[in-house]
Amino acid sequence: MSTTTPAAPARRWPAVPGPLRTGAGFALAAVVLFAVAPAVLSDFRLGLLGKFLCFAIVAAGIGLAWGRGGMLTLGQGLFFGMGAYVMAMHLKLADAQVRGDAVPDFMSIAGVRDVPGWWQPFASPVVTLLVVLLAPGAVAVLLGLMVFKRRVKGAYFAILSQALAAALATWVVGQQMLGGSNGLNRFRTFFGFDLSDPANRRLLFFIAAGTLLVVVAVVRQLMRSRYGELLVAVRDQEERVRFLGYDPANVKVVAYTVAATFAGIAGALFVPLVGIISPSDVGIVPSISFLIGVAIGGRDTLLGPVLGAIGIAWAESSLSESFPSAWVYAQGALFIVVVGFLPGGLASLGGVLRRRGRPAERVPHEEPDEPASVRTTEPEKEPVA
Amino acid sequence: MDVVVSQIFTGLSTGSIMLLAATGLVLTFGQMGVINMAHGEFIMAGSYTAYVVQQATASAGASLLISLVLGFLVGGAMGVIIEITLLRHLYHRPLDTLLVTFGVGLVLQQVARDVFGAPAVNVRTPSWLSGSVEVLGAVVPRTRLFILVLALVCLAALAAALQYTALGRRTRAVMQSRDLAESSGISSRRVDLTTFFIGSGLAGVAGVALTLIGSTSSTVGQSYLINAFLVVVAGGLGQLRGALIAAFVLGLLQSFLEYSTTASVAQVLVFVVIVVFLQFRPQGLFSLKTRSLV
Repeated sequence: MSTTTPAAPARRWPAVPGPLRTGAGFALAAVVLFAVAPAVLSDFRLGLLGKFLCFAIVAAGIGLAWGRGGMLTLGQGLFFGMGAYVMAMHLKLADAQVRGDAVPDFMSIAGVRDVPGWWQPFASPVVTLLVVLLAPGAVAVLLGLMVFKRRVKGAYFAILSQALAAALATWVVGQQMLGGSNGLNRFRTFFGFDLSDPANRRLLFFIAAGTLLVVVAVVRQLMRSRYGELLVAVRDQEERVRFLGYDPANVKVVAYTVAATFAGIAGALFVPLVGIISPSDVGIVPSISFLIGVAIGGRDTLLGPVLGAIGIAWAESSLSESFPSAWVYAQGALFIVVVGFLPGGLASLGGVLRRRGRPAERVPHEEPDEPASVRTTEPEKEPVA
Repeated sequence: MDVVVSQIFTGLSTGSIMLLAATGLVLTFGQMGVINMAHGEFIMAGSYTAYVVQQATASAGASLLISLVLGFLVGGAMGVIIEITLLRHLYHRPLDTLLVTFGVGLVLQQVARDVFGAPAVNVRTPSWLSGSVEVLGAVVPRTRLFILVLALVCLAALAAALQYTALGRRTRAVMQSRDLAESSGISSRRVDLTTFFIGSGLAGVAGVALTLIGSTSSTVGQSYLINAFLVVVAGGLGQLRGALIAAFVLGLLQSFLEYSTTASVAQVLVFVVIVVFLQFRPQGLFSLKTRSLV
């Protein structure tokens, strides 16, 4: 975290567009998501896109915490899973209520007669929504304060956050009341709306799209604010920020909490859209996989993480349908190539190519005097060597 | 009483497995600051080495001994290849190393699936390791005892090498102050390579040993990796005695928690204990004293 910056510092500000470009961007995105996508895509494809949008919401948070704040959040599956399982529990209870059963279907198969006490609160939609919105953030505040106040950072933080996602997945596998390793699935209604109705599924997609736009707007405001500058400062020179009188821990906790809240919301949307949540959606591998789209798109830009996540999820679903093993190779290769050799992501590709492709043009602009002096001294040196 | 003794042995055994997986990490993560997520796949490579060697040799006993050596070399060679091709470009970006090596791990897992197939394979246990012995009234499988001894031997050998050989002195020097070591004429490049070879080789050895207690699949290494990292974090970076204590404490903790709750709850509680522990000692059990701010 205190090491060198991940991306070229010279082109940081264009990463966050100004008011005019932002307004145009939002208008364009709204048209694409609310008018073009439903018109062009089949119901099935639209559902898939909705799932990708959930990943994009997680990615927007990771972009803030990791790209701007330097915190490698390897455990977003924890928060994603919290939101998802809470929503799934509510949907199961609501389904049981609709059918007039005492317990959700999978429980009655297991021979359970009464709903466990810790499920009870989630029968209420209000409680469910409040928990989805607040619980991941609350956990993140607690964890963040514990970790960052003690100046645990860098690799330690990454490994701890990863361990927490692993812990959630391990715990859920052992919980028969959460469906164990099969997870919770077969949801019939969503807050009273029948999920088998295409019109309602489309509505669900619109909710996801609207949420994504709100999330991007929040991230943009944060990036452009004084807080956003402070966050970048903490990433690049944490000690210097401390000496200036700020507490870097507080700065980090805010970004971590925002990212966690986004992940929780995304998880809650994921459940009705995809229709299943299982430990394999919240463990270590999915948690790290959230990062690849962020890295590819450009981790410290506003739109890079979002577009990267959508692109990667789309590539995965279309490639892995036909070539499952090829996708794994591609994913591994992307991690190696993009993170290793293009840390700024595709957003920085233009700048990198411009710098590499035209060295002759660059030298006179930046150091007008040097080349001449170098040229005069070189022939003199050669006979000596 | 018997229950307590047998839980203690289960704990020591769990701890020794964590220790074996973590010993290599103490070097690569602790010493060089490389967060090598492919370490788990080096473990897997060791396991498959044992499998391949056993296909080729008749005697299970001989094949175990051969694979321990070969596993070390295979793991080490993979480590060196990755160090040369990728990691040396990334020493100044430790967090990115993590993601890059995760990508390497993904690829290696898929290679293993394509070469050896998705179903898990098994390695026969030599006759002199089958069965169990009775220690203080508790029944302990010989294989578990073997792993316990192997983990301690690996750790002791590594500690001795670091303490008494010229290479060990150079390694410690580079670890304590890279710049100062370089200006005293030590080639930190060569030290890095050797350290990484040994650390990765130990992962291979761990992989070979793990075939004795479980079947081998492409994700075998991944399942041990998080615990191994936590051992290193809790023990303190680059601290062998820290890793030793942390591994056995965590192993015992897990075994007793598992006895009173369930396996998954125990694992979660162990994670929680580590997070709380780092509250009090953010640098782990032992730490190298430096004057640097970070």
